[in-house]
Amino acid sequence: MSEKKFLSGDEAVAQGAWEAGCHVAAAYPGTPSTEILEAVVGYPDIYCEWSTNEKVAYEVALGASMAGARALYASKHVGLNVAADPFFSSAYIGSHGGLVVVTADDPSMHSSQNEQDNRYYGIAAKVPVLAPSDSQECKDFTKLAFEISEKFNIPVIVRLTTRTSHANGVVICEDRKSLPVKGYEKNVQKNLILPMFARKLHASLEERMLALKEYSDETEINRIEQGTEKAGIISDCVSYTYAKEVYPEAWHLKLGMSHPLPEKKVRELASKVEKIFIVEENDPVIENAVKAMGIDCIGKEKVPRVLELNPDRLREAFFGKKHEDIDTGDVPGRPPALCPGCTHRPVFEILSRLRPVITGDIGCYTLGALPPLNAMDTCVDMGASITAAHGIRKALDQTEDAKQKQKKVVAVIGDSTFFHSGMTGLANVAYNQSNVTVVIMDNRITAMTGHQQHPGTGKTLMGKSTVELDTTQVAKALGIKHVYEVDPYDYKKTKEVLKEAIALEEPSVVITKRACPLYDRTQWEKPYWVNEDECIGCKTCIRLGCPAISFKADKKKSYITPVLCTGCSVCSQVCPKGAIHAAEDKDN
Amino acid sequence: MPQKTKTTNIFVAGVGGQGILKFSNLLCEVAMNAGLDVKKSEIHGMAQRGGSVTTHVRFGKKVYSPLIPQGSADFLISMEHLEAVRHIRFLNREKGRLIYDPYEIAPPEVYTAQREYPADVEDRIIKFAPNRISIPAFENALKIKNPRAQNVIMLGALSTCLDFTDSLYEDVIKAGFKEKYVESNLKAFKLGKELASG
Repeated sequence: MSEKKFLSGDEAVAQGAWEAGCHVAAAYPGTPSTEILEAVVGYPDIYCEWSTNEKVAYEVALGASMAGARALYASKHVGLNVAADPFFSSAYIGSHGGLVVVTADDPSMHSSQNEQDNRYYGIAAKVPVLAPSDSQECKDFTKLAFEISEKFNIPVIVRLTTRTSHANGVVICEDRKSLPVKGYEKNVQKNLILPMFARKLHASLEERMLALKEYSDETEINRIEQGTEKAGIISDCVSYTYAKEVYPEAWHLKLGMSHPLPEKKVRELASKVEKIFIVEENDPVIENAVKAMGIDCIGKEKVPRVLELNPDRLREAFFGKKHEDIDTGDVPGRPPALCPGCTHRPVFEILSRLRPVITGDIGCYTLGALPPLNAMDTCVDMGASITAAHGIRKALDQTEDAKQKQKKVVAVIGDSTFFHSGMTGLANVAYNQSNVTVVIMDNRITAMTGHQQHPGTGKTLMGKSTVELDTTQVAKALGIKHVYEVDPYDYKKTKEVLKEAIALEEPSVVITKRACPLYDRTQWEKPYWVNEDECIGCKTCIRLGCPAISFKADKKKSYITPVLCTGCSVCSQVCPKGAIHAAEDKDN
Repeated sequence: MPQKTKTTNIFVAGVGGQGILKFSNLLCEVAMNAGLDVKKSEIHGMAQRGGSVTTHVRFGKKVYSPLIPQGSADFLISMEHLEAVRHIRFLNREKGRLIYDPYEIAPPEVYTAQREYPADVEDRIIKFAPNRISIPAFENALKIKNPRAQNVIMLGALSTCLDFTDSLYEDVIKAGFKEKYVESNLKAFKLGKELASG
């Protein structure tokens, strides 16, 4: 039975996994890949979990494959960096049950810290890379990836980008092909990569890749589409759709499998046309491979390397025509901001007053770096707040400059990020003793990616109740003597605790604990209001950067937009004149 | 207007929380149920936290790119005044039409008292979008006591410019909302049609 559905690429991957008989799926949330597992949980035939981080998720999937299950791993591009260690080894080990590795890259960095090109992982680890261009192919290629994985005894990358993950298209959905889990059989020569076994596995991997190279030339997902002009375009992923749209008259070699490259088909295209364009986002991965074959082509000298492609950029690359830009005048930007009632806001407001060096991390709270709070100095990768703080502290300890020496260093990390990779860093702080304060902004959920469960929430992805790791106990067990817990909505107390912890001469942890107001709306109170007779227009509340508070320039008074206010009360606590009141004060 | 051969491009803009994604989903379901190929692209994640939200909706016989080229939107739908100006470069200014709500939401620089909301937004709209219709959708959503129905009012307004039958819209509205909100949204849809025709 088949049925048409309007699915995002992420949802289509989940549908494809289900149809392929996938048994186990593991991931850590990360834009734009998060919705894959959020869709998988809708298929009860598949066991799925939010693992504590991507390395864990990868090893869970690999273990499941070793036991003969069809297994899926999913993450954003930088997530695969975290999982790179097991990923590389898994190419040697290969698969028992099909092992599919979904990586969702983010050209243009819509919600990422870099735009690394994960097709390189396929080349570096010697793993085939499938390149769906739309939702239908996301589903079809995920299914195919399981088959390739089992046929060639190898993990298979399915590489999405934001414009496939978060683009919807019409998908023909089919039934699930139910397969039994093959079961575990001991095979140390395959699954235990001691050097003596790994040497043989490497040779076998090279042979597997040669076989895949032949497959790449045979498979229908690499196809030549005849054109009417003497230009040829080689493209993969969503880039194909742009190329087809902008230059339908050209010949197209559509790569559904970009690694290994179908060399015969590339040569065939070259024999039909006078010039070849390579259309790919970010790095010249295909271009380099084509050039290495001795075939001349036009690539990154015309097709932009930085930021994602789109039809306009390609039109300019092919035909030199730039879309005429119109000057609509100055339009104030609308960058993302911490939400009204955000539990992070008071903490940042306080830290911005105390002025330590603030090392940040990955999450909503990275927005604390923006004006008016300006309360963050660094952000690198998941967990780097704690470890970089430790490094900064150790360096400052070495200086002769008294002013530098006296600087305080504070790391700011979210709860989910703490469980992801903050714990090892905190253990290092305790073990190697650096005088840093680690603020764990515990809003009881993985907020940034849309409220996913984690080890501190007491719930699993599949909705089961489970153990709830206690952040305070964890910090103590990791060797931190001074651990404080405080409600960030209690401004005064939070300020006292932060001051005290930062003043200590030993490592400390401050846990600011309250649920994200968007996740738990039961804590919302009636909107606060500003008594204009009491407001002196000092803008102390405006410095919080709350979208619910604005400043009326004509009256020189603050104003709270009732529909936006969550009643968190923080503005009323910072107001030096007590001019901001709870709703009940008005009733009285 | 959605010809069976040519691709129809609809660019939807607004601010996080205004139901732009829902608007786009409903519209896409209508087009899909009408038998057309449909693509939609949107941005989630960090870009969503109170920031500008946009979606590209395209339907026709066969749609390749999920993104609309600049200057080729048949319709630019904006649920906020300033956002209409921000994305006007996508509008086909000769043949396309701007459908916008003049409702204003302060951007961060405005609510943090660094500057005023620009006073000449309407003038710029008049200058750059000769074919336009202003729909006070949020104001009317408040009148029918469902502030969240702004998007469905806008959908009703857009529907007067497209060829799909009302029953296609009604079906996706019935399927797309919890039962207790269906009636209110059907009412909003009808109201949007009236506002566009009136």
